[in-house]
Amino acid sequence: MDHVPPPADPVREAPTELTGWERPIGRGAFLATVLTGLGALTLLSRASGLSRAVTNVTSAVKPGGSWRIYAVASPLPKFDPASYRLRITGAVENPIELGWDEVQAWRSHPITADFHCVTGWSVMDVHWAGILPADIVARVKPTRKAKFVSMHSLEDPYVDQVTMEQFLEAGNVLAHTMDGEPLTREHGAPLRMVLPDMYGYKGVKWVKEIRFDSEQMSGYWEQRGYDTDAYVGRSNGYGG
Amino acid sequence: MPTTPPTRIARFTLTERVLHWEVVVAFAVMLATGLILYFPSLSGLMSRPAAKGVHLWAAIALGVGFTLVAVLGNRRAVLRSAREVQYLDADDMAWLKAGPAAQMGRVSPAPQGRFNAGQKLNTAMLSGGMVLMYVTGFLLWYGERHTEWRFEGSVPVHDLFTLFLVLLVTGHVYLAVIHPHTRAAMRGMVTGEVDREFAEHHHATWVAQHDAEEARR
Ligand code: HEM
Ligand code: HEM
Repeated sequence: MDHVPPPADPVREAPTELTGWERPIGRGAFLATVLTGLGALTLLSRASGLSRAVTNVTSAVKPGGSWRIYAVASPLPKFDPASYRLRITGAVENPIELGWDEVQAWRSHPITADFHCVTGWSVMDVHWAGILPADIVARVKPTRKAKFVSMHSLEDPYVDQVTMEQFLEAGNVLAHTMDGEPLTREHGAPLRMVLPDMYGYKGVKWVKEIRFDSEQMSGYWEQRGYDTDAYVGRSNGYGG
Repeated sequence: MPTTPPTRIARFTLTERVLHWEVVVAFAVMLATGLILYFPSLSGLMSRPAAKGVHLWAAIALGVGFTLVAVLGNRRAVLRSAREVQYLDADDMAWLKAGPAAQMGRVSPAPQGRFNAGQKLNTAMLSGGMVLMYVTGFLLWYGERHTEWRFEGSVPVHDLFTLFLVLLVTGHVYLAVIHPHTRAAMRGMVTGEVDREFAEHHHATWVAQHDAEEARR
């Protein structure tokens, strides 16, 4: 089967006999491809503006924008308006449990923010709308013991926690609307926590419970080595 | 020497074919799981950790496959082919200048060696692209554990070269499976032998060399 001919290097030899000319152009094309890629890697890593530009182009042409969907379990939780309940509990004077109608009846507040994932992609100018943390606090009245707020997902075991101050930072919203539409299943329907100053993994999707805690706990991604205070550009090895 | 030359002519060793189909299978798995990671609309098909696990295991499996081929296979045959695709001669330049209509015709525009100029450049770019997928893929994986290795460029370059490879492979598969003047090559990648007439039309220089070698034995 294997006709490896006797001259050790027949290929270098044969075309030369026939035409007298040959060049390592194939090798050049290989190196050019690799160097282009490494060049792009360096450039995009150095100049944030450039990778922003690339991100904007991709989100314009790619169905679903530049979003990637992260989930910790399969299948994605399915939201059923009839049976859904939002519980707001823990160290509060008025724990509540709301049906979907009651959640929607709550004052809705719009925000526009960039979304940053810790793995390096971003989505610019996302238009969210939802419930303000300050409105939640006003309604359930946390006690003096409440130092932290944990967000629990319909997707077990996804959970995360922020401090009370972080929860109340301006720009945060418990969103039910994204870019003018109700949240889709993969984006966390019916409710997702939006914390624009922090990387996306802190913003729990498919929220079923908000709990005011007296003790600190470790969230799903924190248990896997990510930072607790996940400020964009100042955590997880970025900046600092 | 037989009076009527055989109608088939040996083109690829078993080693070369195993290597090729290893790449095809691993590429298909990495592409499928990569797209699940990439497109929100596909994210329901598989959980992210599962898709990512399969993605990474396919990358490892291809590495193991390459190593096995290097240890057990016909290294000389692979190195010979690797050397062939690196050099272009005057006939290759003539082929490149002839333009797509002639290149895709029934007979190649200039006599070609075992691989034509298009195949040589395609191989170079596919290999370069695969190297980059491994480099950026490794950075993505390693960067999760060691933040100083996480670069903003890794995701866009991994994505960009996915597109690059998909475009090249689409053309490659079209020529191998659909295009009437070239799909006879498929037999070579499956059984190792191609029809002599096809080889004479597309790789005249190679057939001449092949016959000369046969005559010498
Ligand atoms: C031809 C082969 C490959 C193709 C077509 C491919 C494609 C993809 C795609 C489309 C994504 C999604 C990227 C995104 O979310 O923007 C991805 C992610 C990834 N790929 Fe690949 N890939 C390939 C090879 C590899 C290899 C060889 C490695 C490792 C050595 C690798 C490691 C990764 C990792 C770590 C991720 C990130 C997963 C995450 O977001 O958590 N890939 N790949
Ligand atoms: C990741 C996917 C693939 C890669 C990287 C790849 C790579 C290559 C390379 C480097 C060659 C040798 C030079 C050339 O013909 O360009 C080759 C040959 C070949 N490939 Fe692929 N290939 C891939 C997928 C496929 C698929 C899916 C098919 C068919 C269904 C296919 C069919 C062939 C055939 C028939 C040849 C032999 C052409 C000849 O006679 O020279 N390949 N492939």
